[in-house]
Amino acid sequence: MGVAIRPGNRAGKVAALIADDGVTVLNVWLKIAPDNTVTAIVPHAEMGQGVHTTLAMMLADEMDADWSLVRMQEAPAHPEYANYALAKGYALGDADFPAWLIDTIDGVFLAATKAIKLQITGGSTSVPTTGMLGMRVAGAAARAMLLQAASDAWQVPVAELRSENSLIVHEASGRSAPFADFAVAAADVSLPPKPRLKDPHQFRIMGTSPPRLDIPAKTDGSARFGIDADVPGMKYATIRAAPVFGSSVVAVDEAVVQDMPGLRKIVNLGDAVAVIADGYWQAKQVLDRLPVEFAPTDHDTTEQGDIFSHFAAVLDAANARDGNKVDFARGDATAALNESAKVIEAEYRVPYLAHAPMEPMNCTAWLHDGKCELWLGTQNPLGFAAEVGDAIGLGVEEVIVHNQYLGGGFGRRAFPDFAIQAGRIAAEVPYPVKLIWSREEDMRHDHYRQASISRFRAALDSGGNPVAWVNQYVDKHDPVEAPHIPYAIGNQLIHYTESRTHVPWGFWRSVDHSLHAFFTESFIDELAHVAGEDPYQFRRKLLQNEPRYRDVLDLAAEKADWSRALPAGWGRGIAIHRSFGTIVANVVEVEVSDGGLRAHRVVCTVDCGFAMHPDGLVAQMESGIVFGLTAALYGEISIRRGAVAQGNFHDYPMLRIDETPTIETHIINGGGRVGGAGEPGTPAIAPALANAIFAATGQRIRELPIRKHDLQRHELESRDTA
Amino acid sequence: MISINVNQQPYEIDVDPRTPLLWVLREQLGLIGTKFGCGIAQCGACTVQLNGAPIRSCATPVSAASGGEITTIEGIGFGGMHPVQQAWIDEQVPQCGYCQAGQIVAAAALLDRVPNPTDADIDTAMRGNLCRCGTYPRIRRGIKRAAAIMAASRDAADSSDG
Repeated sequence: MGVAIRPGNRAGKVAALIADDGVTVLNVWLKIAPDNTVTAIVPHAEMGQGVHTTLAMMLADEMDADWSLVRMQEAPAHPEYANYALAKGYALGDADFPAWLIDTIDGVFLAATKAIKLQITGGSTSVPTTGMLGMRVAGAAARAMLLQAASDAWQVPVAELRSENSLIVHEASGRSAPFADFAVAAADVSLPPKPRLKDPHQFRIMGTSPPRLDIPAKTDGSARFGIDADVPGMKYATIRAAPVFGSSVVAVDEAVVQDMPGLRKIVNLGDAVAVIADGYWQAKQVLDRLPVEFAPTDHDTTEQGDIFSHFAAVLDAANARDGNKVDFARGDATAALNESAKVIEAEYRVPYLAHAPMEPMNCTAWLHDGKCELWLGTQNPLGFAAEVGDAIGLGVEEVIVHNQYLGGGFGRRAFPDFAIQAGRIAAEVPYPVKLIWSREEDMRHDHYRQASISRFRAALDSGGNPVAWVNQYVDKHDPVEAPHIPYAIGNQLIHYTESRTHVPWGFWRSVDHSLHAFFTESFIDELAHVAGEDPYQFRRKLLQNEPRYRDVLDLAAEKADWSRALPAGWGRGIAIHRSFGTIVANVVEVEVSDGGLRAHRVVCTVDCGFAMHPDGLVAQMESGIVFGLTAALYGEISIRRGAVAQGNFHDYPMLRIDETPTIETHIINGGGRVGGAGEPGTPAIAPALANAIFAATGQRIRELPIRKHDLQRHELESRDTA
Repeated sequence: MISINVNQQPYEIDVDPRTPLLWVLREQLGLIGTKFGCGIAQCGACTVQLNGAPIRSCATPVSAASGGEITTIEGIGFGGMHPVQQAWIDEQVPQCGYCQAGQIVAAAALLDRVPNPTDADIDTAMRGNLCRCGTYPRIRRGIKRAAAIMAASRDAADSSDG
């Protein structure tokens, strides 16, 4: 797989963007300085997933660089850094391209991704695509170029040279010299179209866990997030959008607030009103007192219950007129159900969810000299530049994005609404404006993980083996395989119908996996129970054709002491799910008592093919699990009179440290295509937790969040009937 | 004018006395390590110390902090690195990092009061600080490591005294 670099041309185009005095830009992904430091140019946003470190490691390892001499620079928001590696990863998988095709493939993909302005950090793709298809190849190519340049300088064959720790070494003559000595000459060497990549046993940096490059600045207050932008002369703005999605501003009574201190300007954006003042708090004080009338909409009386009723009606109607869209079909599931004596049915539902990153949406914008500068944290700098430019009548090249650290992304910072607002507000004034959303605005104007209903019907044969699996659900987004199951069930029909509501949808950590893992892994647990089998063994039997899943499942059961007895009131649940190329199993131990529900322990096993930075993978599993536990226990955005009812962390609570279980993560390097890490930790925890609650209480959780259920009372009832 | 002491520096500021301390720190003094998260003392991202005790600066009027000694993330190490900061690097605690100034300031306040905290002590002291990235297991380890670093330096000081 040779990609990312073609002889000469692109490095020249980007040199002006990334070069400093004295450095040599060897290719678009790296430069070498006279002090022999190598800087990796990483085209992804850092939001805590460690991507700046891991991608630099992949480049440095292939280059044989000394890790202590490696630096990182985030790529500029520029079409040359559009995610063509990402697009190619999606489209072509691990195809091993013949060298003669490389130019063509690169050209096609680069053109395609430039056209759609992709510079996205999302989909757990950074390592699998940019890393595997971009950074490694760039590092290997640089190494080959440096070796060639050294060969020319020393007049010895390349075969007699080796590279190690940022040096080129010629053993026979005892010579060695730093990479930097050859950098200028190497830049003139034609790029090898298909540089040789290391085998895993040759890795020196990949597979180790050096400290993350971004962490020191995140311990002393010096890390700069979007909200920390400091532009001379800037003022502060805050905003209130129409509470019901799709409404607009009818009237603003500025007279009421015109004498309030610090007020600079009130800007009516049509669907929102912004206040600019000397400080954020002053702007907020004005906005809170500012009378704004919003237009009525068709949704002003919509309640959450109406939305679920609508989903149910849409599912019924789709069945009645055979209007479902098929996700996956194998065998004849309907016939198998009709022939079966033992049919099990269940209906599950999940609510809307907000991202609620700790850093509320914010963007600083400054229009001057025919350009617009933006300071913010974004998962898609190039896309934001295009969208903001469109909104204020500038081209993408006239919008300069200064991307900062992201105070949490989780998918939210892929949506440019807040940056567009900032650009439009700044277009009204001659000074820079820092727009900061209140937490309430952030909660009520998110792009939400969809609410959904999922219905199941399954059949067991006389031996307790599932022979039919029919799943119908509402609303499909990405990835397409999210509702698929790995289990050997001969007859399957997975289908869905669309029922878009007025609530805006957004990518939310693990996207559709976040709901379907809960649905499918809860329902398979129900089947195990009906079959009278142990839920681990039941899954294991059905994974007979999926050895990688089975290995992950077995290790989780082993590390969790699956068969060890638990005290009364305790329960253990298991779940397994693959997302973004990575298989994760969780075993959760819970206690349900008079004091409520307590998750004590989570054992997590993960196979992403190869763990590039094992401690980073562990951190992402911990993070995904806590994120998923928050959603499972508490997460609920509900619609009241057309608008989001919740507003802050008191009514959209998060897991806190005292509720956090111990989390033990065990890694399997199963080989093959490398999967993602940022999202796969989230999906399996909700069903594992719900299955543990069932084991503890006999109560099956079919609706999230769990806090809606009175577990204790149910446990007493089940005791009474026992 | 309101007088406040921040990180052992006196400041005179011309501001509405009801202004939350958070915005004075960030906008008037340029101490932007302290973060805005919720505005209603629910998340702890804005935690600073007032006379050694953790407070939520987003819900503390600047007038209420006048006369006290305010310590922010920028001053927590007194010009060097606080053991909690070292422990945070050793344990690779932060992810996105946005909440971590508040976490570190709260953890430092805990260790000043309870040099060898139990899990229960940590739960009580730290439950007001949210982390959306879920770094709680590492925060717990970080606090224990910081306690060990501080104990070791106390032992070293004791033995050099003796």
